[in-house]
Amino acid sequence: MRNVVVFVAILLAAHLAMLALGPGDAGASGEGVRVGVVFDVGGRGDKSFNDGAWQGADQARRDLGARVRFIEPGEGTDREAGLRLLAAEGMDLVVGVGFIFTDDLLQLAAEYPDTRFAGVDFAVPTDSLGRPRPLPPNLVALKFREEEGSFLVGALAALAGGSRTVGFVGGMESPLIRKFEAGYAAGVKHVCPSCEVLSAYAGVTPAAFRNPGKGKELALSQYGRGARVIYHASGSTGLGVFEAARAVRGLAIGVDADQYPEAPGFVLTSMVKGIDAAVFDAIRRVRDGTFAGGVRQFGLAERGVGFVDDANNRALIPDPVRRRLAALRDSIIAGRIVVPST
Amino acid sequence: MSDLLFQWLRIAAPYLCAAAGGVLSERAGIIALTLEGYLLAGAFGAALGALATDGPWLGVAAGIGAATAVAALHAAATLRFRADQVVTGVALNLLVDGATTFVLRRVYDSSANSPRVEGFGSGGDLGSPVGWLALLALPALWWLLARTRFGLRVRAVGEAPEAATTAGISVARVRWLAVLGSGALAGLGGAFLALDQHKFSTGMTAGRGFIALAAVIFGRWDPLRTAGACLLFAAAETLQIRLQGTAAIPSQFTEMIPYALTIVALATLAGRAAAPAALGKAES
Repeated sequence: MRNVVVFVAILLAAHLAMLALGPGDAGASGEGVRVGVVFDVGGRGDKSFNDGAWQGADQARRDLGARVRFIEPGEGTDREAGLRLLAAEGMDLVVGVGFIFTDDLLQLAAEYPDTRFAGVDFAVPTDSLGRPRPLPPNLVALKFREEEGSFLVGALAALAGGSRTVGFVGGMESPLIRKFEAGYAAGVKHVCPSCEVLSAYAGVTPAAFRNPGKGKELALSQYGRGARVIYHASGSTGLGVFEAARAVRGLAIGVDADQYPEAPGFVLTSMVKGIDAAVFDAIRRVRDGTFAGGVRQFGLAERGVGFVDDANNRALIPDPVRRRLAALRDSIIAGRIVVPST
Repeated sequence: MSDLLFQWLRIAAPYLCAAAGGVLSERAGIIALTLEGYLLAGAFGAALGALATDGPWLGVAAGIGAATAVAALHAAATLRFRADQVVTGVALNLLVDGATTFVLRRVYDSSANSPRVEGFGSGGDLGSPVGWLALLALPALWWLLARTRFGLRVRAVGEAPEAATTAGISVARVRWLAVLGSGALAGLGGAFLALDQHKFSTGMTAGRGFIALAAVIFGRWDPLRTAGACLLFAAAETLQIRLQGTAAIPSQFTEMIPYALTIVALATLAGRAAAPAALGKAES
């Protein structure tokens, strides 16, 4: 029996060591605002929203002299512990990256009233009538109008795809991902009322964001049914969507960050979220003393969302389409088009 | 129509490999909770092996090797050190998840995925030649268990280890071989996944090892019935992919099919000696 305990202890210790030995946080010393960032699963190097948050904090370190400490919880470990650790250390600002931190941030904001908290993609709780509940004054929710950016890439898919059928692959079925789908479908229908949108989700658990095998089969199925362009909002499940695009020589639309490198030539564009700018802005506000709790929305008007149009994919977007998209963008900002989020 | 057939087989391939490993291990008396870890290690080894050598078959070999190495840890813990099989299984699954991410970050500076592997190119209808091997895994295992001396010994140590010992069979040795073989078979399934995706990405097995374990139980530890269970689960998934957005079947329902059927199988089999008698029991 003693052997058992020793062996299991060794395994667990090795596991923890692997998680903890990741690239460490770069010196939280000197003057300046003290910031702690807790990443979602995937952590640094996910080429997506964790990296976006890292870039924002890193920029604050360089430009504002902020002292930043990063924590990456491992799979299955207690996320709340990371936030609590940073709050207890007396950070000026604690950032939780990902909607998964919503409940923990609410709880900690009440326990540590002198610490400020920011939640990226924070899911604002609602009361029984569906109205958003007010947030504590030391908690800011950094939210993005993903539906607005998705609307534009939906219009692009319908205008530049060359097919009346377009596809959408989501990760875990959830209100957040439904928002991407709703905006995308609205964009498609706005420019092409007779177009059909094929929608599919990879699953109903968080594993649906890490299932490229399922993503590839879902995408192959949609290409097989006539779609020429597929937009994904599914984390690394989307890697399978890009593989399917390669296999059938179709087009895919990336999400969160510019995903062109995943399948050069097969990526029409990417719907990008300015997580770096939002995190930087939150840190700057703490430094300037202008931090305020509540919900901060980043949409097209705030350049919080948008789509990639650069040297890599310029040839895929015809000029008349580009002008049409610019006009749609202006209409959304001006409020002439209201994009649905459900 | 043939599209649908091949999609079905592609989805079934990793289940078939992992379930073959599950049957082999459990028939020898060792709980196969580590299938998920074997699959993930197999996928990881295959991607890195193929990247390092530029050869897809060397990648497959590396995947099998990586998964077999994890299986060796499992065998050492449960057979040499008599550790609890369930606890070790859970710990190893966590270890593989952490270790693959850790190495990925150290080698490729990414916690998300490896660079692209050319692998078998487009790979044909079944994704890659590995898919055909996957289809053969359970029939081959049936032959091994039913028709060979080694198969008889595996069944003996799983059902009645004391009797096997009396007959002069080294229980530990047979179980070691069965667990290593289990890792190799499941590793093949992981290699299929990685080469079909042309990369490794963290957690890419997404619970397939547990679905395979459900297939083993639903198939009552019989290789051919287990193959049927894998094909059934894969058919449900294929239909769900085809029907999403058009039919009234909620995806929550299709996702639970493997687990629901497993519970039904366990409940209806109560009182019948379906599982290997010595499953999960440390050798005394």
